[in-house]
Amino acid sequence: MALVNPSFLQEVKASKEFNATACMNCGVCSAVCPLEIDLLPRKLFRYVLLGLEDKVLENTPVIYQCLLCKMCEANCTADVNIAENIRFLRSYIGRKLYKL
Amino acid sequence: MPLPTGPVIGIMLDNLRKRDSVFPISRRKAVKWAKDLAIPVGGETVLYTGSMYQLLPYMIAAVNRMGKLENTFLAKMVGMGRFFNRMINVSNIMFRPRGSDHKRFGSIIRDIARLLQQAGVKFGYLYKEELYAGALAYDLGADDTFIAHARRVHSLLKKHGVRSLITIDPHTTNMLRSVYPTVLPDFDLEVKSYIEVLAARENLRPRNKVEGPIVIHDSCVYARYEEVIEEPRRLLERAGYTVVEPRDNRKLTHCCGGPIESLFPSMAHQIGVKRVEQFKKVNGNRVATMCPICMATLQQATGGALEINDISSYLARAFCEPGGNGKPASAKDNRSGL
Ligand code: SF4
Ligand code: SF4
Repeated sequence: MALVNPSFLQEVKASKEFNATACMNCGVCSAVCPLEIDLLPRKLFRYVLLGLEDKVLENTPVIYQCLLCKMCEANCTADVNIAENIRFLRSYIGRKLYKL
Repeated sequence: MPLPTGPVIGIMLDNLRKRDSVFPISRRKAVKWAKDLAIPVGGETVLYTGSMYQLLPYMIAAVNRMGKLENTFLAKMVGMGRFFNRMINVSNIMFRPRGSDHKRFGSIIRDIARLLQQAGVKFGYLYKEELYAGALAYDLGADDTFIAHARRVHSLLKKHGVRSLITIDPHTTNMLRSVYPTVLPDFDLEVKSYIEVLAARENLRPRNKVEGPIVIHDSCVYARYEEVIEEPRRLLERAGYTVVEPRDNRKLTHCCGGPIESLFPSMAHQIGVKRVEQFKKVNGNRVATMCPICMATLQQATGGALEINDISSYLARAFCEPGGNGKPASAKDNRSGL
């Protein structure tokens, strides 16, 4: 079962960097991603917007596998800042999980 | 088992905090490329290498070592490595680069400097004082470490009265031109890649005849972050080559896989192989890259089937005297700055 974490949600809402509300879940990003990661970015961003911190942390390896190459962004018609969103998640995981 | 992400990142960030670089590099070796080029120290315009080309021999050594650890029980030991690395420079002992790699990456920077001299661009260099720009810390989301490092770089540039920077790789260009101004409000230096500087210098004309197809590999960062797309093509054509476009190109270029090399070596290699397959489908067995990470990753992925070189090597063959110092024949061509 997935749990909503209110403090995670609050951090996402307060962030200037995280923008995924415009995402239409069209799947173009996944189709063009050289890593062919189905999760990135659309499903992952749903988890984030819903505050499902455990689902996000479960997918930590994928978040670090992203190349930040922006192939997805170049094809996204909703102008979602996909690479910047991934960086935001890394920053969160770095603090929360790895105590960097 | 895969390499443990947290400790690997931790080692690189500890190095940046304590030793000013993600891999501790020898400053003596980092400046060796500039020998006999008579580049002045400092000045209003400096060639800022950001140590990326100089870091590659260390990254190659690290990736070879880490690639061997990946999927073995030894991967677990990386956590202990981080603990000891805080006190003694473990990465320096673990990752010993090959001399031949120092030489080949150094000769690329040398070619870039010679091309700029040939085009009559006046510039200085900060030699051993120059610092890495911090791209890896930024990409890993280590914002506090990155901002602290960016401040150190900015202070160094202010101390030397630098007003404009000529960068030589896409990652350093992106950091200094697009990211630093967002985290350092008073960072107002002009930043241009040497590719942009050279493309704008129409006086740079070929001295030696070169020809034939060159397949161009756009770096994701130049093409999608910095919009440096037409300039390398213009330069290759001016030199005398025929530019060949692989299937994914320009704004829709295909990543080389390099950005995840230190954390996921096998996955990075697979992406490189996919990109090399695209090169093999077009006419030409010479490929030009514009980033040291792309070059190293793709060279490894091609396994010798294609000749993959930095764009500056192809350009130097056309625009510079063989082995010469690249200084312009006439001092009249010398215009200062960018
Ligand atoms: S391409 Fe853009 S809009 Fe479509 S799913 Fe991906 S992020 Fe959402
Ligand atoms: S930035 Fe990440 S998610 Fe987007 S295409 Fe590149 S690897 Fe895939």
